[in-house]
Amino acid sequence: MKAGSNLEKILEKGLFAVTGELGPPKGNDVSVIKRKTDLLRGYVDAVNVTDNQTAIVRMSSIATSSLLIQMGLEPVMQMVTRDRNRIAIQSDIFGATALGIKNMLCLTGDHHTFGNQVDSKNVHDLDSIQLIDCVRTMRDQGTLLGGEEKIEGEIKLFIGAAENPFGDPFEFRATRLGKKVAAGVNFIQTQCIYDMNRFKEWMKMVRDRGLHEKVHILAGVTPLKSGGMARYMAKNVSGIIIPDEIIDRVVKAKKPAEEGIKICVEQIQELREIEGVHGIHIMAIEWEQMTSKITEMAGLLPRPKVE
Amino acid sequence: MIKAEQKPIDEILRSIDPYNKILLSGCGACVAVCHAGGEKEVGLLASALRMARKKIGKTIEVLEAAPARQCEPEFASELAETVEKVEAVVSIACGVGVQTLVRHFPKTPVFPGVNTTFLGETVMHGVWEERCQACGNCILEKTGGICPISRCAKQLFNGPCGGSSKGKCEIKRETDCAWQLIYDRLKTLGQLYKLEEIIPARRWGVESRDSGPRRIVREDLKV
Repeated sequence: MKAGSNLEKILEKGLFAVTGELGPPKGNDVSVIKRKTDLLRGYVDAVNVTDNQTAIVRMSSIATSSLLIQMGLEPVMQMVTRDRNRIAIQSDIFGATALGIKNMLCLTGDHHTFGNQVDSKNVHDLDSIQLIDCVRTMRDQGTLLGGEEKIEGEIKLFIGAAENPFGDPFEFRATRLGKKVAAGVNFIQTQCIYDMNRFKEWMKMVRDRGLHEKVHILAGVTPLKSGGMARYMAKNVSGIIIPDEIIDRVVKAKKPAEEGIKICVEQIQELREIEGVHGIHIMAIEWEQMTSKITEMAGLLPRPKVE
Repeated sequence: MIKAEQKPIDEILRSIDPYNKILLSGCGACVAVCHAGGEKEVGLLASALRMARKKIGKTIEVLEAAPARQCEPEFASELAETVEKVEAVVSIACGVGVQTLVRHFPKTPVFPGVNTTFLGETVMHGVWEERCQACGNCILEKTGGICPISRCAKQLFNGPCGGSSKGKCEIKRETDCAWQLIYDRLKTLGQLYKLEEIIPARRWGVESRDSGPRRIVREDLKV
């Protein structure tokens, strides 16, 4: 066991894991976190707490993750390299682990020009792969990055990262996953999957490299709320591919939101059958109430209790 | 070469507002190549400044100069006699040139007339793109000769982010994804194995601007 988190125990036992996602409030209103936590508790094994996603200023992922622990929901603390240099990163890791956080997702982060502080200076002292290496060094060697100095205490973290099989160059995406594995990642959550053929092709490249035996891959899904959302995402979000037949299904449906949920459940069932997929990551952003329905319809409930 | 763009004329006029006689100095090197601060631009800007001041009834005398390389001491010192005759200098060389004049002429105000933008190359007539950040430890050997530090919006060292789509960067769709270019180039060269290697965290604090202003001393060349 690297950290002994619930998520790690479930994956290590070979059970099919379910994670969710929770966006902190754009302020310090704890009731927002409480409401979302109540919608997710019991339906997922752990929940990602985003770190100023899309570069919109929100409550810090560390503080929110700590509140989640108090509320009885296990967090996966996201951390981006956009806003912190390695001094702040390592200091924040000390603090986060002291607060009981056991899962961490290492990300580069959305570019700051997408957010609400476009005049800011981005940091990128490390990239996501170097961040994985940094956390692994702190955990396994008990030292800071590039240093001999021993850390006071022990860093126990189950290290995660993201990968996007729908970004280009496609052929490089499995190579890049290999670099993350070499850097020490324990689990991967993917960008949301709609193009099943491309995902399967990517998983084949992953298996050909033997990576599926070295890292737990959680397949990402996002239910489509409406035809407008499907069209918008397909057209405007780089690195997301939505095949026309899926867009058509949502657009033509009498109840698009219900159709979106139905598609999501079908996708989960298909993803479960793929060798090397060890879990599902449900990103129902600002639609958290649907997580319970999706997990129920997909036959993922009740969530297992592990010791 | 160093690239620059002329500042808005109103900003230049504000900085020279108190003066009636100035020197406008360009540079015959980098900024001449990108049509921002060469001899031709000195002539054009000098006329524009004179006209603007005449229009508000505050005529100004603008002397013109365009030393071959404003950032070199011997060329900067050639301006000494002219600088004696004026109240202030506007330099449309890069930020380096401005500071060379400042060092040579401690009693004369020197104002920038251009914004120095980047180290880049001419990709076609009238189009320049950033290519180097003078980061202090060149990694082009590992990346097929294409620099991710200057050409990737997130300065990624180990491959593209999830926003690389159809060869373009998600930040600006007209910008090529540096990592797509690197991938294509290494594929052409039969060197894709280079992408398997993890490039470790950089020593920014020792090698780069983060260590403070950098200085090169060549004992063999000092006189």
